[in-house]
Amino acid sequence: MTAAAIEVRAVDKRFGNVGIIRDLNLSVAKGERHAIIGPNGAGKSTTFNLISGHIEPTAGEVRLNGDVISGLRPFEINRRGLSRSFQVTNVFARMSVWENVRCAVLWATGHRYAFWKNVDSLPEVRERTAKILDDIHLMHRRDVPAGLLTYAEQRELEIGITIASGATVVMLDEPTAGMSHAETDRAVALIRRLTEGKTLVIVEHDMSVVFGLADRISVLVYGHIIASGTPEEIRRDPKVKEAYLGEEAH
Amino acid sequence: MTTTTTSTPKLATDPAGDNLRFYGVWLAGILALVVLPLVFSSGGSVTSFSLIGIAIVFALSYNILLGQTGLLSFGHAVHYGLGGFAACHMMNAVVSHGWPIPLPFIPLFGGLGGLVFAVIIGWVMTKRAGTVFAMISLGIGELVASSSLILRSVFGGEAGITTDRTALPKMFGWSFGPQIQVYYLIAFWLVLSAIAMYALTRTPLGRISNAVRDNPERVQFIGYDPHVVRYIAFCFAGFFAGVAGGLAAINFEIANSAYLGAIQSGLVLFSTFIGGTAYFFGPILGAILVTYLQLGLTSVTSVWQLYFGIIFIGIVMFSPGGIAGLVMMHRPLVRAGTLGTVIPAYLVAIVPTLALACGVILSIEIVARFSGGEPINLFGIGFKPQSPVTWITAAVLLVVGGFVARLSWLRVADAWDRAATVARDRGYLA
Ligand SMILES: Nc1ncnc2c1ncn2[C@@H]1O[C@H](COP(=O)(O)OP(=O)(O)O)[C@@H](O)[C@H]1O
Ligand SMILES: [Mg+2]
Repeated sequence: MTAAAIEVRAVDKRFGNVGIIRDLNLSVAKGERHAIIGPNGAGKSTTFNLISGHIEPTAGEVRLNGDVISGLRPFEINRRGLSRSFQVTNVFARMSVWENVRCAVLWATGHRYAFWKNVDSLPEVRERTAKILDDIHLMHRRDVPAGLLTYAEQRELEIGITIASGATVVMLDEPTAGMSHAETDRAVALIRRLTEGKTLVIVEHDMSVVFGLADRISVLVYGHIIASGTPEEIRRDPKVKEAYLGEEAH
Repeated sequence: MTTTTTSTPKLATDPAGDNLRFYGVWLAGILALVVLPLVFSSGGSVTSFSLIGIAIVFALSYNILLGQTGLLSFGHAVHYGLGGFAACHMMNAVVSHGWPIPLPFIPLFGGLGGLVFAVIIGWVMTKRAGTVFAMISLGIGELVASSSLILRSVFGGEAGITTDRTALPKMFGWSFGPQIQVYYLIAFWLVLSAIAMYALTRTPLGRISNAVRDNPERVQFIGYDPHVVRYIAFCFAGFFAGVAGGLAAINFEIANSAYLGAIQSGLVLFSTFIGGTAYFFGPILGAILVTYLQLGLTSVTSVWQLYFGIIFIGIVMFSPGGIAGLVMMHRPLVRAGTLGTVIPAYLVAIVPTLALACGVILSIEIVARFSGGEPINLFGIGFKPQSPVTWITAAVLLVVGGFVARLSWLRVADAWDRAATVARDRGYLA
């Protein structure tokens, strides 16, 4: 039996005296689309930070494809094939859209810290960058500094940077937050297409998106996962109804 | 779909024309370096050109840190100075051992001197960016500068290490005694270094350096360790600063503790910032201007540092992008053909601005020369620092000039906004 793509075991995270994440257990199978839902401040972004190496667990461990990754630096985890986006847009503001995506392609194409290659004459880098820009519909904005994009465009660029490395495990933190309905629909279609065949972990507030997209859902409340299962199971779960859906879905 | 196809042609550039322009600029620069000393052939000019060449290499090396990687160093002269000492020791060793190394190769050893120190000290220094890096660079700068006075065998104490560039093996029959030959040596290394440093910006490392500058946190999530990126960039900056120091050692035939000190570190920061860090050519403009100001001002006023300070503050306040930023602001207007509508406003604004500048200069010189009483010569007009006429003139220039200048610059801003709006409507963003 193959290892889960992501396996979080008994993870605690304390900031000072405050326990934000308590005994968190989460398993995401390879190729699965997994949504994490929960009220604001439940610890969804903190969970992302713990898995992606942004912060270290106080206790417990995180595994990626069976290997322990807790304690590794974010770039080491990224090199093992996990890529994440940020809830608050986190791009390279003074660089062009093209440069933003290209930077995210460079490590994965093996060019690393090379200072003896002309970056403009690396065909596979150029092709991959162009493909990503076509995918996220930003090719016509390729020369615009990322800081000057509209909000929705920046969110799309955020997704583009995240998937550019070709990581097999993709984590998106509220990719559609703040988007209009039309923009959300477009973004969801984009996410669905770009993560085809990959493992996806997504934090999302829009329940129609969550139930339409996810194979499985975990519900996080006060730093603890109270339920994990298929959309059908989650919909029927009395704990979830009480703690979460009860207040939002009515 | 239609929006994509109509807006793409304007953004997509014409590669053949771009290439032509790109190589044209570089060739024009090289040509200027070759021809300049032939046109302005006085000894003073050639000496100035030599100093400018050194300053450009130094400022470009500094911009690898500041403009490209976002590292603010207060101790960059350490690498420049150590490069200078390495070059002097190498020259002396070549002479005493009779090695067949001609002078034009010496700057390479200067570069190695700067590089070796960067390799040793850089890993710890570049662990963090921002204030931490700035403070450590200041500390290291002080440390090395004071060590240079204590470690006499390496740094020669107060006197420094002297050398004789003409004693090295000849190359193409050149002795490098005459300044003009030294100038061409400097120009050669300037071209070489500038091309290398430009090429560096076009490599994967150069691009990721920019990413580290913009957002070191996100860089970690696309596979890169920002510490390693900063470290490699720091080593390159150290190498080219060392080359500049080596050129200075050849030019002056001496290296001393002044090469390494805070003043030298401040000057390169000053040049780079004034020139503009966002564009490759910014530090070149800054180095030219600052070297000229330094040479020109020191001969006409004793308080030249004061003017440096005022210029620096002026740039920080009114044009944080430096001279290069000011120049490049006009690019969309030039492309859209609306620059002409702004020029009259500029011409109008120049007059009161000059008056204001004269008022500032006069005020400073009144204070500076009040007790000594030596006359002030402002564009050929003599003023006595103790005379009330001079004070009134200064006050009128300051107040009236300042007031009118303010009004006229507001009009420039209006004209500018109109021109920029038209340019944007025509699809020229930057
Ligand atoms: N670095 C930190 N230091 C202290 N508290 C934090 C830190 N990061 C997050 N928190 C706290 O942890 C809780 C969960 O935050 P977060 O994970 O962002 O929630 P969610 O993404 O589910 O809305 C919040 O109360 C937040 O204030
Ligand atoms: Mg969050």
